[in-house]
Amino acid sequence: MAVTAHTKKAALTGNTAVAIAMKQINPDVYPAYPITPSTGIVEDFSGFVADGSVDTELITVESEHSAMSACIGASAAGARVMTATSSQGLALMWEMLYIASGMRLPIVIADVNRALSAPINIHCDHSDSMGARDAGWLQLYAETVQEAYDNVFMAMRIAENAKVMLPAMVCMDGFITSHAIENLDLLSDEEVRGFVGEYKGRNSLLDTDNPVTWGAMVLQDHYITFKHQQSEAMTRAKGVAAGVMKEFGEKFGRPYGLIDAYRLEDAEAAIVIMNSAAGTTKVVVDDLRKQGKKVGVLRLRLFRPFPFKEIADALRGVKVVAVLDRADSMNSFGGPLFNELRSALYDLDNRPKVMSRIYGLGGRDYKVKDAVEVFEELLNISKTGKIDTMTKYITL
Amino acid sequence: MSEPAVKEKKQKLSVPFNYDKYMRPHKLPHIWCPGCGHGIVLKSLLRAVEATGIDKDNICMVSGIGCSSRTPGYVDFNTMHTLHGRAFSFATGIKLAKPEMKVIVISGDGDALAIGGNHFIHTCRRNIDLTAIVYTNSTYGMTGGQYSPTTPIGDIATTSRYGNIEPPFDACEMAKAAGATFVARGTAYHTLELEKTILAALQHKGMSVVDVIDACPTYYGRMNKFKSATHMMEVIEKDGTVNVKQVDKLPPEKVQGKLLRGILHNVERPEYCQQYANIIEKAKGGK
Repeated sequence: MAVTAHTKKAALTGNTAVAIAMKQINPDVYPAYPITPSTGIVEDFSGFVADGSVDTELITVESEHSAMSACIGASAAGARVMTATSSQGLALMWEMLYIASGMRLPIVIADVNRALSAPINIHCDHSDSMGARDAGWLQLYAETVQEAYDNVFMAMRIAENAKVMLPAMVCMDGFITSHAIENLDLLSDEEVRGFVGEYKGRNSLLDTDNPVTWGAMVLQDHYITFKHQQSEAMTRAKGVAAGVMKEFGEKFGRPYGLIDAYRLEDAEAAIVIMNSAAGTTKVVVDDLRKQGKKVGVLRLRLFRPFPFKEIADALRGVKVVAVLDRADSMNSFGGPLFNELRSALYDLDNRPKVMSRIYGLGGRDYKVKDAVEVFEELLNISKTGKIDTMTKYITL
Repeated sequence: MSEPAVKEKKQKLSVPFNYDKYMRPHKLPHIWCPGCGHGIVLKSLLRAVEATGIDKDNICMVSGIGCSSRTPGYVDFNTMHTLHGRAFSFATGIKLAKPEMKVIVISGDGDALAIGGNHFIHTCRRNIDLTAIVYTNSTYGMTGGQYSPTTPIGDIATTSRYGNIEPPFDACEMAKAAGATFVARGTAYHTLELEKTILAALQHKGMSVVDVIDACPTYYGRMNKFKSATHMMEVIEKDGTVNVKQVDKLPPEKVQGKLLRGILHNVERPEYCQQYANIIEKAKGGK
């Protein structure tokens, strides 16, 4: 680890940066079951535990189902809990993901995005976290290593906010972000402590003077009430997230919002995209802008809760939009981001035309030429007013 | 003069052997590290398959996740690379749908005994006609050398820097206790013996489990101060095991603390697919 003593600059992989963020948070419990490409996080963190640089209980379990079960048990006992996973690991946690959110436990995990089997693949796409989009977890996405590092702290604050109390996953692209070394600014441990604060779980299972029951059976009488409260908390989380991101920017000089709008002010055509591929798209936007073409990028940082209003505001005035999903919901009508984004634009007076493109599944490269092609198609649609193919796979 | 005698001796062995018949050459090179025993185990397995005379298209090889589970990718059987720990469940489905097919499960100690432990014991309990080869290298090699359910107490892994405190499973004892009707152990070092052991497992009707002691020089070896892959093979596989047939002939101190090789358990019990077919007959109003 190239962390120098004099500056807070470091050159780290995404995995190590996230592991350091977790170290600085110093969670109480960390159930561990490594899976490619998130293994580095668990590996580095177990090193911190072995070195005594955290006070964390690291529990090595025999599957991800057990990892999330242990997270839930520890969190219900009042602990601050973190872990990391990818792909099949997140899929094996599925049953427990809903229990974590239904019990309102602010567990924070890193999900290093990787394709789901079959066929087996270890490389990046978003089908793992997109599949978990209805599980009641907050989801933050990161374009760079710096952002993945910063998101860990923000996710913790949002999740543990008394108005929210929901679990959160911090997503970054497998291998592309998790294994690439990038220069980034680290916060000092004091700054982290000041920002995330102490956590004290409420209604702790270990508070034997005040015994409580978690997750007990409720039927027609109360179940819908619990879900309604959960839904309202998720709605509130958007405002809380905006506040936390603003505070982070003010404190540490790296401003973040729910969305990242890049050169959209007067844009005629826009690509909406998430995670690392946004960087490639921004390079293309700069090039095309030099040629006088009015293009821009919208990147979502927060996917759950879905910032529908902010998206509509950002795309107001844009004529044509391509939503690039790195996952397919296999419903024959475009990717998950496309579906929700198109719905968010429905109430705009002059809503843009929107098309869906699925790209980069299983780590297939998304290159400059791919973004150029999409923009060319969009600018053509802007002239003709006609979308030929509403949904399509690109980068094939 | 002496030449024919040598030839005769060679003919008794199954090597040299043309592996191409059973391989997918375009899938090579394999991913296993230099010094890893997985390739040796695979070769023994392929020679055993040849000896059974079963057509390769009538064999289905199923694996979970891990280094050993990459095996089906390299071989020209019907193959299925599935989910971590679940190979036994997929294999059970395949066998029930096609009872005439020879189904081989390839798994590692972490895959079969930890995340898939539940499936492992219940597959043994049912005594369904599968052959499971469990590559036991006491580590999770694919994810960086975490301790596994067969890592000896006190050994170092990336998740047990000060020594493992969890007692290891004996895969054979577990399979036997759970109800497998054929249980055996081999090592990558005793490659010809392993071939015979696997052949007997393949010929057994019912659940057969072969625990293969294998070495991971990359992780387990380095962390536990083994000098080389061959050093590991000598210490763990050659000197750390003893053939069950020799146990009575050897003084107790030469047997103590060693794992037994060879066929450790071989009994007959009604096989699951047959029982299932009988139930169907009965439900149809047959005898």
